[in-house]
Amino acid sequence: MHGSRAASAGTLIVGAGQSGLQLAVSLREGGYTAPITLAGAEAGGPYQRPPLSKAFLAGTVDEDNLALRAAGFYTDHDIDIVPASRIVTVSPDRGDGGSALIDGGRVLRFERLALTTGSRPRRLTVPGADLFGVCYLRSVDDAGRLRRLLEAARDVVVIGGGFIGLEVAAAARRRGLQVTVVESSGRLLKRVVAPPISEFYRQAHEKRGVHFRMGCGVTAVHGDGNNRVTTVELSDGTQVAADIVIVGIGVEPRIELARQLGLDCARGIIVDDRAQTSIPSVVAAGDCTVQPHPQYPETLVGLESVQNAVDQAKVAAATILGLSRPPAVVPWFWSDQADLKLQIAGLSTGYDEFVVRGDPATESFSVLYYRQLRLIAVDAVNQPHDFMAVKRALALGVSIPAAVAGDTRSSLKSRMGASDQADERLTVGVRP
Amino acid sequence: MPKIILHAPNGALFTVDAQIGASVMETAVKHGVPGIVAECGGALSCATCHVYISDAFIGLTGRADDFEDEMLDDTAADRKPNSRLSCQIRMTAALDGLEAHIAPEQ
Ligand SMILES: Cc1cc2nc3c(=O)[nH]c(=O)nc-3n(C[C@H](O)[C@H](O)[C@H](O)COP(=O)(O)OP(=O)(O)OC[C@H]3O[C@@H](n4cnc5c(N)ncnc54)[C@H](O)[C@@H]3O)c2cc1C
Ligand code: FES
Repeated sequence: MHGSRAASAGTLIVGAGQSGLQLAVSLREGGYTAPITLAGAEAGGPYQRPPLSKAFLAGTVDEDNLALRAAGFYTDHDIDIVPASRIVTVSPDRGDGGSALIDGGRVLRFERLALTTGSRPRRLTVPGADLFGVCYLRSVDDAGRLRRLLEAARDVVVIGGGFIGLEVAAAARRRGLQVTVVESSGRLLKRVVAPPISEFYRQAHEKRGVHFRMGCGVTAVHGDGNNRVTTVELSDGTQVAADIVIVGIGVEPRIELARQLGLDCARGIIVDDRAQTSIPSVVAAGDCTVQPHPQYPETLVGLESVQNAVDQAKVAAATILGLSRPPAVVPWFWSDQADLKLQIAGLSTGYDEFVVRGDPATESFSVLYYRQLRLIAVDAVNQPHDFMAVKRALALGVSIPAAVAGDTRSSLKSRMGASDQADERLTVGVRP
Repeated sequence: MPKIILHAPNGALFTVDAQIGASVMETAVKHGVPGIVAECGGALSCATCHVYISDAFIGLTGRADDFEDEMLDDTAADRKPNSRLSCQIRMTAALDGLEAHIAPEQ
């Protein structure tokens, strides 16, 4: 076991977010006795981000509720939190280990290094993008600022019809504001869901009063004499009034330190299924990584979810401890928009057909995804039974035949492992 | 501060102080009580914060809403009449001394 040598500098975890915290916790749970240093740029301890675009914006959850652990937890578990410390350089020693420089000048030594640096929002680059009122949402500070601005706002433009954009749109609409979502592609959530889910969300949000400008890009943001945003100009030449613009056009993994170290990087830091980077003593986990797709290992995927941040951190901890890899788990995700809860299990990338189960008009239905007749994922809207059943089926490695999945008279749970009778198929859609 | 008494799956007993308004799940996790996984952090999306509420408190914790009720049907450990998802129970002064057993599997 590691860490028995009193002189070990232990593990330095760079990035005190969801993944960094889990790595520290899992190391201690696994019996690691050397020092654990968790360095983070934020002034406070690790916190949850998902509520920032949901309950926190709605005002039902506050900063105190977001903390992932109580302050006493870190002392009790001998985890050295180093807050307000951005690591600017990491230098490996000739042998094992190395040192990291904090922007204040302090140096942290390490024997093992873990990068859990997360991601940052992609910036809008059009003219006017730096006007007052243009917002991003990643940190609790961003969310606090946005919440204050929303209190005095009337017209909100959300750029990007992804999860965060739609969640924020719903929260702003619930406050009674005028909300327009601008999405450059032809449908919402295009990268992650099938057309029926995209179409459902557009209609559901429209019903709740959100306006959409689909297939439109943003060409400029205009402001008044005080540099406050007033309008957003779209690619079709129209202008939309705005006193707040919320940019939700995706994230970019933070890979600066990895590049400094010469680690192999694609969009994110390339890791294997043991969370190991191209330098075997360095692990990485969470939003900053890309990893082999669990089904098609020849392609790399970046998974930006709490589940991945947590499970990959557990894997990274096992790697540092020299233990065998924890069993693979089913990737999953959720999104809360207005009163609609979406739960996703599995990865639908590469599907060749899908089955709609239930009537989207009831706002409670699901879409099951198949590849070569095999169940690979589900998107369940206000339909927890379907989500749980598919998550379980994927964990057990059994399918639910497309032929019967659309039949709401029987539960999916009861159909696990049933045989496929292709001629009886109901409502099967083919990939667009 | 109201107290929560939790029986971990391994039999260990934990007594933790809760903030009024904080959920049972949040209080347990923040203090490092083992057995509550809470993958979704309280978003009612994962069903990995399953507990059994002691009889004396079952009337005081309120009832599961429809969504929680459906999630409870598919928890990893058996559902019982006193099953709840602990992220859905917010602490009040009246819940001081709330006792629960954490489900053996999440
Ligand atoms: C508004 C919002 C809503 C979301 N909703 C959901 C949801 O509903 N469901 C879901 O599954 N996921 C959701 N996510 C995604 C989820 O929060 C992330 O996938 C998760 O936080 C990733 O964890 P991480 O540890 O990789 O990164 P983070 O949690 O971002 O942590 C990385 C940390 O590293 C720090 N850091 C970076 N570089 C340095 C450095 N050089 N020195 C020191 N510190 C550094 C950063 O400041 C940050 O604190 C949401 C994200 C956001 C922003
Ligand atoms: S913490 Fe996920 S459902 Fe309770």
